Amino acid sequence: MLNRVAALGKATLDSVAGAGAAFFMLMRALVGKPQLRKSWPLLMQQMYSVGVLSLLIIVVSGLFIGMVLGLQGYTILVDFGAEQSLGPMVALSLLRELGPVVTALLFAGRAGSALTAEIGLMKATEQLSSLEMMGVDPLRRVISPRFWAGFYSMPILALVFSAVGIYGGYLVGVRWLGVDDGAFWSVMQSNVEWGQDILNGVIKSLVFAFVVTWIALHKGYQCTPTSVGISRATTSTVVTASLAVLGLDFVLTALMFG
Amino acid sequence: MRQVENSALDDALVVIDNLHFAHSFGAHQVYQNLSMRVPRGKITAVMGPSGIGKTTLLRLIGAQLYPQQGSIEFAGHNVHQLNRRDLYELRKRMSMLFQSGALFTDMTVYDNIAFPLREHSQLPEEIIDTIVKMKLEAVGLRGARDLMPAELSGGMARRAALARAIALDPELILYDEPFAGQDPISMGVIVKLIKELNESLGLTSIVVTHDIAEVMTIADYVYILADKQVVGHGTPAQLKQSDDPLIHQFLHGEADGPVPFHYKAATLEDDLLGSDHA
Repeated sequence: MLNRVAALGKATLDSVAGAGAAFFMLMRALVGKPQLRKSWPLLMQQMYSVGVLSLLIIVVSGLFIGMVLGLQGYTILVDFGAEQSLGPMVALSLLRELGPVVTALLFAGRAGSALTAEIGLMKATEQLSSLEMMGVDPLRRVISPRFWAGFYSMPILALVFSAVGIYGGYLVGVRWLGVDDGAFWSVMQSNVEWGQDILNGVIKSLVFAFVVTWIALHKGYQCTPTSVGISRATTSTVVTASLAVLGLDFVLTALMFG
Repeated sequence: MRQVENSALDDALVVIDNLHFAHSFGAHQVYQNLSMRVPRGKITAVMGPSGIGKTTLLRLIGAQLYPQQGSIEFAGHNVHQLNRRDLYELRKRMSMLFQSGALFTDMTVYDNIAFPLREHSQLPEEIIDTIVKMKLEAVGLRGARDLMPAELSGGMARRAALARAIALDPELILYDEPFAGQDPISMGVIVKLIKELNESLGLTSIVVTHDIAEVMTIADYVYILADKQVVGHGTPAQLKQSDDPLIHQFLHGEADGPVPFHYKAATLEDDLLGSDHA
């Protein structure tokens, strides 16, 4: 019994210490005098590998999810003779929920795992230590550009996801199932609000970007530098980030729309 | 403790005093009362059985690890009491050759060597270009400058890493097992390079290794670590004449002696028959 209490205490202490370490890692990476000349090229490079290279999976997933929404929405709405509301249904589902959430989940799987594995391998091959010994802070040089790249690219990816998804809904709803073209767009336009829907979606996306990128970088930076350690850290990034996104989504939705 | 008088030790670049260290993840004590002086401008070898924490010692000198007690001074600065900015400033004056080379895998050999120069100096690209080519020439890899680290053999990678380590003309180079896993030719090349660089650039070198034959030919001073502390030190000639059983065992590579062949365990009888056997 006493052992169990001790184990519980140790687990609690470990997780508090882990959270503290993650917080300090981020603070040390982000707080400091910005050196634009050095950090701009690094940021661009990371925006490419984190953001641009994730475009394909985002666009394809967005298109299919939009198409499914169009199809499902139509079959439900047509029973009530409300198929003209297909436009706002597709747009609101995507902008408020599916855009930010699914993008964050895909981002965690595509870019988050890659970030963790890359940093874990840099640690295992002593590249991070060697930066430190050269007097170059790996937090500023390696962690910081990757963090900002994730933070900036995810909201953009989420908007791309939603835009492509709406087009997918249009393809199925209007082109295939014959919902009126004008009604699809005009009802959507009159029902989607800038602040309530689009901006809230972007805010969600920024929060997810912060959390997912932070988790991915922290897991990589703190991983045990062995092959087993890196593989565990990568898995843990995807699992933890996905759960965090879904949990936070509920909280944010409750705050924004509840 | 076998004290060896040596006036060269008076002018020390690195002074380790009464160091106690244990890793935070285990109760295992790595060092207890470890003291050492590393003479300026010389090659100092640190030898000892595997697992004694030789790499840990280099990381302590570079202040990547912090001791529980004791101090390490580099050029008069206690490395563990500096704030982050001063520590990074001080590290520009030392460099470390990692066992794996630790080249940045996403850059060519050329960019790897230019990296510390671009980070820390305001030099124009033409001058950096000249310096990089000279450093590559010193390690014999000028022709390999456009290769990626993955295209280099182990020996070449270590030489490229050495070129990067001397890019900023440091005062101290820490070599972590520079001979491990090298074929005889590249081993010879690296031995020669360490010696030549030390002389021509006026460096101070600390070479952590267990390749006795190689390091004894170039070292000016040798420390032997075992059992959490220094068990012997002196010039190679002094150590060869030592009649201490531990130093003798280590220098001659005997399987059993003061450093036992067997890891600490219960007796074989207990283990095979169970501890309660009659």
